[in-house]
Amino acid sequence: MAIDEHENEPKTSLGRLTRRSFLSHVGAATAATAIAPLASSSASAEAAPTEAASTKIPGTVPITLRVNGQSHAVQVDPRATLLDTLRETLHLTGTKKGCDHGQCGACTVHVNERRINSCLALAVMQQNAEITTIEGIGGPENLHPMQDAFVEHDGFQCGYCTSGQIMSAVAMVKEPWGKTDADVREAMSGNICRCGAYPNIVAAVQAVRRMS
Amino acid sequence: MELFQLVTAKTIPDAVKAQAQSATAQNGADVRFIAGGTNLVDYMKLNVERPRQLVDINGLPLDKIERTSEGGLKIGALARNADVAQDATVKEQYAVLSQALLAGASPQLRNMATTAGNLLQKTRCVYYRDTASACNKRQPGSGCSAIGGYNRMLAILGTSEHCIATNPSDQNVALMALEAVVHIEGKNGQRAVPVSEFYLLPGSTPERETVLQPGDLITHITLSKPVVGAKSGYLKLRDRASYEFALASAAIVMKKDGDRITYVRVAMGGVGTRPWRALEAEKVLMGKAATEANFRAAAEAALHGARPQSQNGFKVELAKRCLVHTMGQVSQIA
Repeated sequence: MAIDEHENEPKTSLGRLTRRSFLSHVGAATAATAIAPLASSSASAEAAPTEAASTKIPGTVPITLRVNGQSHAVQVDPRATLLDTLRETLHLTGTKKGCDHGQCGACTVHVNERRINSCLALAVMQQNAEITTIEGIGGPENLHPMQDAFVEHDGFQCGYCTSGQIMSAVAMVKEPWGKTDADVREAMSGNICRCGAYPNIVAAVQAVRRMS
Repeated sequence: MELFQLVTAKTIPDAVKAQAQSATAQNGADVRFIAGGTNLVDYMKLNVERPRQLVDINGLPLDKIERTSEGGLKIGALARNADVAQDATVKEQYAVLSQALLAGASPQLRNMATTAGNLLQKTRCVYYRDTASACNKRQPGSGCSAIGGYNRMLAILGTSEHCIATNPSDQNVALMALEAVVHIEGKNGQRAVPVSEFYLLPGSTPERETVLQPGDLITHITLSKPVVGAKSGYLKLRDRASYEFALASAAIVMKKDGDRITYVRVAMGGVGTRPWRALEAEKVLMGKAATEANFRAAAEAALHGARPQSQNGFKVELAKRCLVHTMGQVSQIA
């Protein structure tokens, strides 16, 4: 099934931007391949525009993300990471930006129940995924047991890394790790805490593991 | 990050066709496959990678881990590092691979990163990562800032006057010791390349790192049937206890008949410009007794050609001790 890009020319401003910037290279390449350009999938989104999706922003594409059980139709720059989209577009600011290069873990969220670094995931590639952020696991009135344990064991000082620590810990409890504190430290090594609250973080995680 | 077009590959031939439009599959490729994205998105943010098109291959049916009819194992290109590390067969019969994967990156990254992506993992050389620096790998002909610069983490084996960048992968060290085969689908059909022939030495063209040609898509790797009675292990030495790249690492597969070594494979990480197979060490050990003296002789042979830089001379002895220690540990269970 060869897709003629001219027939499926993206209706978004990204399409125009892409063509203006890269026509000489991309046009022939894409037309010659039996590949669906991402923007062509926007046709269905545009057929039933939501309020957010109908707002044209230059250089963006419409996508639908499923976050904390809810679907969100949004316009994103194709370069936007899941992290930036959660924070800047969906205003779910519980997920934090630390290093932005997959080195600190502050941006940890769950995608299809597995913990990942949302700073290294492109939002446009997460359209079929079930995404869970810190806002989705519990709030002030109904704390998740891990959130409760972090409060109980004082598992933070400044709190900036905490949502990433908690999301990582919630996933870690379901993963195949040994029972010792050393196992917890290894399992949580992708989450850096500059305040050095590590002993209390380990205590919080172990408290939850003992409960389950 | 520069603007790109994202396309989704529905079939393997689609993916091959798309990347074949690029002038190269090496550094500077303007069409890139994207799977986990952990390495590529990082380098795109740094403007080290500037593809005009990304081909999302996550929809391709390449994520299985399955037995081959010959009793070996086939690991799909898209199998996540976390899944390979925890696979029951890998843990039991190819322990060195599971251990190497678990020694690499973080749980979050291992949930994203794929087998083929890890095979193509880029160096962490700080000058490669910094577009303001000279780097022959990133910008051919611009020079090498690492030689005489900050080179503590960099390679002592396989270097050239043009590049001393280390291959940072743990997985690939294990795959060298297991003599894995890389299966590729390209413009001219399918082919299989032993992992020992997959990586190129930097020489005068450090921008070329593998044998991949435009359009080449890694579809899977295969491991041959485990040698009956052989045991394996991986040891990684680094500045931190976890979540850090290797200063030196060792992957050993060994079988003994009584005290005599009847089969051995030796590979090293953190010290080579490519995942390093130490054939010289294997020659020293074959048929010999599994003693510390012989392990030391093998380690000496493995590092015989080492050419340390201004800051990484310590790696020569560190790598030797890493080999001796790991050989000793595997020998005890073999």
